[in-house]
Amino acid sequence: MGVNSTERFYHSVTLDKGLCVGCTNCIKRCPTQAIRVRDGKAQIITERCIDCGECIRVCPHHAKKAEHDTLGMLDRFKYKIALPAPSLYGQFNRLDDIDYALTGLKALGFDDVFEVSRAAEIISDATRQLLADGKLKKPVISSACPAVVRLIRVRFPDLCGNVLPLLSPMELAATLAREQAIKNGVPAGDIGVFFISPCAAKVTDVRVPISIERSNVDGVLSISDIYPKLLGCMNKIREAEPISCSGIIGVGWSSIGGEAAGLLSENYLAADGIENVIKVLEELEHESLQELDFIELNACAGGCVGGIFAAENGYVARARIKRLRKYLPVSCNRLGDSVGIKSLFWTEPLEFAPVMTLAEKVEDAMRIMDEIEKIAAKLPKLDCGSCGAPTCRALAEDIVRGLARETDCIFLMRREIQQISSKLEKLKGFIPDYSDTLDSERGKQE
Amino acid sequence: MKLHYEVPGDDFTRAGDASGDVKRRLKRLGFPPDVIRRAAIAIYEGEINMVIHAGGGTADIEIMPDRITAVLSDNGPGIPDVEKAMQEGWSTAPDNIRALGFGAGMGLPNIRKYSDSLNIDTAVGKGTTLTITVLANPAQQ
Repeated sequence: MGVNSTERFYHSVTLDKGLCVGCTNCIKRCPTQAIRVRDGKAQIITERCIDCGECIRVCPHHAKKAEHDTLGMLDRFKYKIALPAPSLYGQFNRLDDIDYALTGLKALGFDDVFEVSRAAEIISDATRQLLADGKLKKPVISSACPAVVRLIRVRFPDLCGNVLPLLSPMELAATLAREQAIKNGVPAGDIGVFFISPCAAKVTDVRVPISIERSNVDGVLSISDIYPKLLGCMNKIREAEPISCSGIIGVGWSSIGGEAAGLLSENYLAADGIENVIKVLEELEHESLQELDFIELNACAGGCVGGIFAAENGYVARARIKRLRKYLPVSCNRLGDSVGIKSLFWTEPLEFAPVMTLAEKVEDAMRIMDEIEKIAAKLPKLDCGSCGAPTCRALAEDIVRGLARETDCIFLMRREIQQISSKLEKLKGFIPDYSDTLDSERGKQE
Repeated sequence: MKLHYEVPGDDFTRAGDASGDVKRRLKRLGFPPDVIRRAAIAIYEGEINMVIHAGGGTADIEIMPDRITAVLSDNGPGIPDVEKAMQEGWSTAPDNIRALGFGAGMGLPNIRKYSDSLNIDTAVGKGTTLTITVLANPAQQ
């Protein structure tokens, strides 16, 4: 499936202009400096956005939102399959059996349920095997978080080759669930596969995947969106169907450190929260973590449980999942005859997207950087954000690109007003005082 | 484009700032990833050396479309035996620095490995000046 230019830059993260008051909260937090406030409203520079959702989290006016599909979309398909992310299980108080959540999904309108944690266990198995065979460039960086993969693609060109070139558990689950349904005699055209997601970036990942041609997922539903209805369905269940078929490793992928723990090796690092992720990636660029086998990175604090679409506090969800998975088997799914390792690989390599470079030619870029330097020297270096750019340097760059003016900086503006007014003050001294003459003229007229 | 950095010798936590800034600039200028990596590591190693051994120094970087040249100068103790210093694993770093993971004796060998030319001008008791060049092949861009 080819994508046209507007779709290529599709993002689930969008702005509700009516709610945006033009404050500087989002511009300051964006890890790729992808937001500017212009004419009093935030604007997203689409080619830079990585869908991490930081702006959604930080916006006090709820002007930033993430698009997702809704339950109404189920009507388009005759045979609906739900793919619950393991983080779903952490959303419910007193849930002691995963099957209640899975049976609840069936009651909600799905014909079948395929746990994403099952696919996660297969990816864990494949990663263990590839690491043991020494076939990957170490340290291997997890590719499960779509925001992290997109961050690496735009900011860390040198690390693209370290990213684990395997399908995400969601994508593998979609493929396996679809195959299973077809095997059971369901016509391929009738099948609709829906990911039950804690994550906004997954919406983008399904619509515009970057390392496979086309996603096998038809729709992405937000956990918080379906939560009230699902809870209602779950409360009516008398006996849960025995559906769940995944263990500690698969369910553990929902929180930070879970994927790494599934490698059964101590030689890993796990970092969560986009700022921390960036720091680790910078360390990796310096080749200072060469001794590690695996780097797990999650854009959200706490891991996927901390996603934008989660209904429950991520740390609460994490604690619940820890309790819930306690008596599960270690793992229930592995590579085998039905799932060969070859079918798990990406079809396209992860390629650097130079959206942050100043110009195509180095010569031009150097000239632009010189101009930026000159303007930046005039700016106050306060990075206050009042101009609408996240930093003084970013404003300097926008000025050079013709997207902003020096007077957008309120400090430069203030200085200019001061200079003009002191000039006026000085000029005032040279104006002869005619007030007496004018008064006497007026007196004559009267 | 010419850049000048003072590398302070009294604050170890700031070692790597200069090479970090150079790296950020090279990225934005659109140099190939491999060139950025080689230049950043070579300058980083030189910068760390100045902090560990020489009480700091200066870094003068010139970025040109076809090459990056770094002149790292210090007034430190100088290198008595350059040949030995170039051997992998040879280090005179103190223990407190080694505790941070530095001083593995890979500084100069790494600079040689990642650069296209390295010139060492050193005099015992006077200081050391490294001139490092990393070539960027514009044809690959």
